[in-house]
Amino acid sequence: MAGFEKLTSNAVPLDSANVDTDQIIPKQFLTAVTRAGFGKHLFHDWRYLDLHEQEPNPEFVLNKPQHQGAEILLARENFGCGSSREHAPWSLTDYGFKAIIANSFADIFYGNCMNNQLLPIALSSEQMDAIFSAVESDANTQICVDLKQQTVTCGDATFNFEIAEHHKHNMILGLDTIGQTMQSGDAIDQYETTISDWYQ
Amino acid sequence: MAQTMYEKIWQRHLVDQIGEDVLLYIDRHLIHEVTSPQAFSGLQEKGRKVRRPDKTFATMDHSISTRSLAIDACGPANQLQLQTLMKNCEENNIQLFPIGHEKQGIVHVIGPELGLILPGMTVVCGDSHTATHGAFGALAFGIGTSQVEHVLATQTLKQGKAKTMLVNVSGKLANGVTAKDIILAIIGKIGHAGATGYVIEYAGSAIEALSMEERMTICNMSIEAGAKAGLVAPDQTTFDYIEGREFAPTGETWEKAVEDWKTLVSDANAEFDTVVELNGNDIAPQVTWGTNPGQVAAIDQTVPSPTDFNDHVEQGSAEKALTYMDLQPGQAISDITVNNVFIGSCTNSRIEDLRSAAAIAKQGKVADNVTAIVVPGSAKVKLQAEQEQLDKIFIEAGFEWRLPGCSMCLGMNDDILKPGDRCASTSNRNFEGRQGRGARTHLVSPAMAAAAALNGRFVDVRKFEDA
Ligand code: SF4
Repeated sequence: MAGFEKLTSNAVPLDSANVDTDQIIPKQFLTAVTRAGFGKHLFHDWRYLDLHEQEPNPEFVLNKPQHQGAEILLARENFGCGSSREHAPWSLTDYGFKAIIANSFADIFYGNCMNNQLLPIALSSEQMDAIFSAVESDANTQICVDLKQQTVTCGDATFNFEIAEHHKHNMILGLDTIGQTMQSGDAIDQYETTISDWYQ
Repeated sequence: MAQTMYEKIWQRHLVDQIGEDVLLYIDRHLIHEVTSPQAFSGLQEKGRKVRRPDKTFATMDHSISTRSLAIDACGPANQLQLQTLMKNCEENNIQLFPIGHEKQGIVHVIGPELGLILPGMTVVCGDSHTATHGAFGALAFGIGTSQVEHVLATQTLKQGKAKTMLVNVSGKLANGVTAKDIILAIIGKIGHAGATGYVIEYAGSAIEALSMEERMTICNMSIEAGAKAGLVAPDQTTFDYIEGREFAPTGETWEKAVEDWKTLVSDANAEFDTVVELNGNDIAPQVTWGTNPGQVAAIDQTVPSPTDFNDHVEQGSAEKALTYMDLQPGQAISDITVNNVFIGSCTNSRIEDLRSAAAIAKQGKVADNVTAIVVPGSAKVKLQAEQEQLDKIFIEAGFEWRLPGCSMCLGMNDDILKPGDRCASTSNRNFEGRQGRGARTHLVSPAMAAAAALNGRFVDVRKFEDA
């Protein structure tokens, strides 16, 4: 996968808390056996007025002409809660998002993003308020994410964000984490010789 | 140093340190049709093999019909997904319990039922309700498909350590109050994201008194509080449940295992990052009124007003939820009418759940305007219920008696609600559209769901005999 260092883009301001993965990608799209093509179903229930995805809901923020082409999604508290379905980050990346900036994220979703080169960034509510109001008053506001420096810049303001060292490293290099772990093959072999009989 | 149960299990599973990463060994891996296909194709693309097929077990549950055992009963897309699972299991030598198999059922029901889950294990599944298995004192958590692939390839996972939360439920439950009411009350208290970043340990007299099935109901919904996992300390109740089950150890190994498991409990002076206290005596039957499980009230309360919340995020969520749910602030919970009832899901589809619902069902008939279905959690639960003639009680009262599966918990099959339908459901999520676009879900216990079916609205089960 391609590495992630810097990103500058406009953003889609989704001003909702507790957006769950059932909202991000509803169950009827989970029957697929590949990872591709989920983007058109992203936020299906909110985004379309009909079941066949023919009538976009003009009120939904993703459909507003001024937010087209954005690679950053803004959201609020507890984004990605609920089901562990990785179809959620697959649909976000397939749509074209590369980063999500929100007040907080649910744990499983956060980890799933990291495994799909989709950068989840948590900022404080004051910082989020500032970014939301900048984007809402001017949809062209460019937000710059710098992963190496761990900063988000919006207008004159620059905010720092936290990310675990190993997540940062893997994200910057776009690493295959399974390949990495397989290099610990000897340690795994060794561990397996110590497992108690009742777990065998 | 004094340690919590979580820290003990964590330490026992450390395999390696790669930079900042800790590599954790995984003892048990459960898979199902929805979150595994892309993991297997990922392995194949890279020419990787399943490291320990003997530690992985598969079932079909999410996208199957509850009316027919035919693999194509829910259309070609579901069929292809089920066939893909069959092919993947066959090619990789993984044991699969397909539709119609005597051991088939919802992944979180069959794992414990077969004795596949033991205290002190690490258990994962591409499914957030893997937390269920924490009831056995196993560190069990849901993972995404990339991690399913990682476990298949390496039998390990890279993990960061969680914070610890002790939820202490003292006292004793009133008649008619169940494990479901305890966990809904906990989530109501700490909030839908209140335990994000934590592993919860449930303790106290009200927890110790619970059966294993009830403990599973509690741990199951840990994820609805945002927690990574839930744990209950293994005790005699745990050992009695596991002993003699198909995959459980036997003889001398069993004796040694039990001795070991007794040492897993948190040390008396172990410190938790957060402690939450509830009194079981104060818990009444719970009903959710909103669109996340933290939006919950007792049966004798009213629907709150957004202005009752201090926090502006909660206010906004409440406003949005009341609009979606078509409810008014101040409306009595017992005045909410329903036209659907679903008894099932990995939260509440075990034999004790069905017994408790049947005890209410036999006291009346399903109201005229209500459609009510009962979906046992596994083929074994279904068989047991039929031996106890619970199916007859349900059918007699006007409920439909179905085949095991996830069913209307998420509606990946044809068990799906229409816009505007209102459902009393024993499942775990009341999210917008979860049971069908535009449908409204109220989470309750099995007894409360059965009582709602008979009355066409929510009623206090404490008023029924044998509740
Ligand atoms: S019953 Fe519902 S929550 Fe449980 S595994 Fe199935 S879909 Fe998930």
